[in-house]
Amino acid sequence: MSKKDDKHPEVPTTGHSWDGIEELDNPLPRWWLWTFYACIAFAIYLFIWYPSWPISTKGAWAGLGHYSSRADVAKEIKKYNDANAAVDKRLASADLNAIEKDPELNSYAMNGGAAVFRTWCAQCHGAGANGAKGFPSLIDDDWLWGGTIQDIHQTVSHGIRYAADPDTRDSEMPAWGDQLSKAEIANVVQYVLSISGGQADKAAAKAGATVFADNCAACHGEDAKGGRDFGAPNLTDAIWLYGGDVKTITKTVTYGRKGVMPAWSGRLSESQIRQVATYIHQQGGGE
Amino acid sequence: MTNSAEEPPKLYAAQEPIFPRRVYGFFRSLKWSLMIVTLGIYYITPWIRWDRGPNLPDQAVLIDLSTRRFFFFWIEIWPQEFYFVAGLLIMAGLGLFLFTSALGRVWCGYACPQTVWTDLFVTVERWIEGDRNARVRLYKAKWDAHKIRLRLTKWFVWLLISVATGGAWVFYFADAPTLLQQLVHGSAPYIAYVFILSLTGTTFLFGGFAREQICIYMCPWPRIQAAMMDEDTITVAYRAWRGEPRGKHRKSADADKLGDCIDCNACVNVCPMGIDIRDGQQLACITCALCIDACDGMMAKVGKPRGLIDYMALTDEARERSGKPPKPVWKHILRLRTIIYTVLWAGVGAFLIAALFLRSNIDFNVSPVRNPVYVTLSDGSIRNTFNLRIHNKQGQAHRFMISVTPKGIFGTTVQGQKDGMVTVPADETGSHKLFVTAFRNSPAAKAGLTDIRIWVEDMETKDRVYKDTVFNGKGR
Ligand code: HEC
Ligand code: HEC
Repeated sequence: MSKKDDKHPEVPTTGHSWDGIEELDNPLPRWWLWTFYACIAFAIYLFIWYPSWPISTKGAWAGLGHYSSRADVAKEIKKYNDANAAVDKRLASADLNAIEKDPELNSYAMNGGAAVFRTWCAQCHGAGANGAKGFPSLIDDDWLWGGTIQDIHQTVSHGIRYAADPDTRDSEMPAWGDQLSKAEIANVVQYVLSISGGQADKAAAKAGATVFADNCAACHGEDAKGGRDFGAPNLTDAIWLYGGDVKTITKTVTYGRKGVMPAWSGRLSESQIRQVATYIHQQGGGE
Repeated sequence: MTNSAEEPPKLYAAQEPIFPRRVYGFFRSLKWSLMIVTLGIYYITPWIRWDRGPNLPDQAVLIDLSTRRFFFFWIEIWPQEFYFVAGLLIMAGLGLFLFTSALGRVWCGYACPQTVWTDLFVTVERWIEGDRNARVRLYKAKWDAHKIRLRLTKWFVWLLISVATGGAWVFYFADAPTLLQQLVHGSAPYIAYVFILSLTGTTFLFGGFAREQICIYMCPWPRIQAAMMDEDTITVAYRAWRGEPRGKHRKSADADKLGDCIDCNACVNVCPMGIDIRDGQQLACITCALCIDACDGMMAKVGKPRGLIDYMALTDEARERSGKPPKPVWKHILRLRTIIYTVLWAGVGAFLIAALFLRSNIDFNVSPVRNPVYVTLSDGSIRNTFNLRIHNKQGQAHRFMISVTPKGIFGTTVQGQKDGMVTVPADETGSHKLFVTAFRNSPAAKAGLTDIRIWVEDMETKDRVYKDTVFNGKGR
């Protein structure tokens, strides 16, 4: 240590030498030291004023300032809710058909609806609203219960086969396993296949047509194009709620189906329901 | 430790006070002019007005964070054109490289805000407390009424400058006259006060007290610059071979053995960094050239040629020592390195100018919806959705027609707009959903990917632009 350097005889070197290069051991500027102390003081202030040390298993020191980022968020949310109160009120009482024609309401509903959808609906209907087996796609042009803004609003408000809501949409796809023989079921399945453009056994399908007219047309319609009063799907189109292969259709017919969609009135505000209904209505399938 | 009697080295050193003396000369005048120009630009720019029509701000230079626009006279930059800003920063970087490799630390010496503001603060200090000797005396004096009065006056003027400096900054981010009114009435946004306060604080501290400490201990640039300088870089240096051995006693017996340096310390006394240039190139030298002025003045007095301290390159030393004629300045400056920097700099500049003039007034982005990649419709056709964002950079609302090629194989609709025509208000971005449908069993429906081109036509100007993207069929 402190070997002298020729060029700077007044400054000692650290004594380290790399390939003949040495390091001068200059003193630090004193204000660095003060900066360092200031940082320590600041750290102490942080520890005292803000939540810091875990004190017990119950929690940590809350800080003299009682700062909480959660309270900050709550404040922020309240701020936005207050700011939106007027438009929320207008949206909740507007004529459903008028919402999309009003640029302010529409853009508010589209943005808000997207958020509501991501939070409350995406688990079942998918983030892209494209659905999954048993959970209908909300962006195609096929609707069980109807795709006008009024229909969607009704579905979202009161749900489907949601027992807790007296106004819920109700019906069911009965289980035919006890009513029809195995052969009848097999035939009607072939018939369903044949009308939806699938590969079907012609003779069986012909026999199935009678079974269908007798048992199924009441809900699914003579032409099998579905009945929205019962939420009975169109069986002739390219879209399946549960599946269009022989095995799945057989299972549907034998055991029945009753998909449940929760009711949201009460859980979401009227404005939120209208936001999400508007949002869904404009994803490509709206009627 | 080799010698136990030796005192252990000090760990900390106090800041040495520096009292730069007034100096006259060419470089000082140059620095005055540059100070006026740079400070003038900084303080005045936000107040320049520029008429852009009814819907747009009339401030010539405005960084509008709320709408995310940057206005610069006739140029308006949107966030997606941020590459202009990136390009300007690259040019600034390359320009700095160029100047450093040619002329050393000219940036530090003349144009760096730290230098300019420190210079201004020192000037104020000199007005109030007097020149170097008076200031040294005052520094050593006891804290009596006189000293307190001078110090308080000085700090007050510094504070005024600092407030003006912090204040000018926020005017770049909002309409200056309105913001000034709000500031006076106390109704300006909270963040404006925060910025004014913190910039006032840093200006006061850095210009008044930290000064050379910033350059020596905080700024990375002095370290980086060393890598850009070479033996041909022109920088401030001392002609040791002419000046040494230095000596004061001109009348003494061996006066004829002495060099030209009369060891008057003029160069040290004027130095704002408090260094001695005669020690050679050093990190703390910002090449402000005030020592050149000081020495030239002294040489004139003692009847010696100017330039004992001068702008020169390292290669000049060897030539001068061996009596060869100096290398012309242009040969120092025109080197491979500076040429490369210049070419790069000009290349980026040319690219930016070209981009600026070629950019169209309609600009749109396409983001294909990929969740789900496609939707099967009830008749078996396949539909893709594309989110379009159309930027209307004009002062009036325009109608745009959206279409897709190849024609005939797709059905297209725009959400809410049956005819595919959308209206985007002036200076806004319109978001629209475009649905593209391939009919059941058509090639595009069955294929994996089909290339398509989405067109947007401005119905007012008939400008057409397109973006290429792909249509996803069932084949994937
Ligand atoms: C617990 C799962 C679940 C959640 C959460 C859910 N849904 Fe549903 N939704 C369903 C099911 C299942 C159906 C189909 C019911 C049926 O079989 O008729 C359905 C049907 C629908 C329909 C009717 C579709 C048609 O074709 O008529 C709409 C509209 C709808 N949901 C909207 C929503 C919205 C909006 C939300 C969020 C607020 C939501 N759903 C949340 C399960 C859910
Ligand atoms: C009481 C009315 C009713 C009758 C009668 C009825 N269905 Fe249904 N069917 C429904 C309803 C409602 C659904 C939808 C169930 C759901 O959403 O969970 C459905 C669903 C189906 C599905 C599933 C469609 C898909 O997209 O996955 C098939 C297949 C089906 N029915 C076939 C039949 C056949 C075959 C018969 C006659 C044997 C029949 N249904 C009789 C009401 C009925």
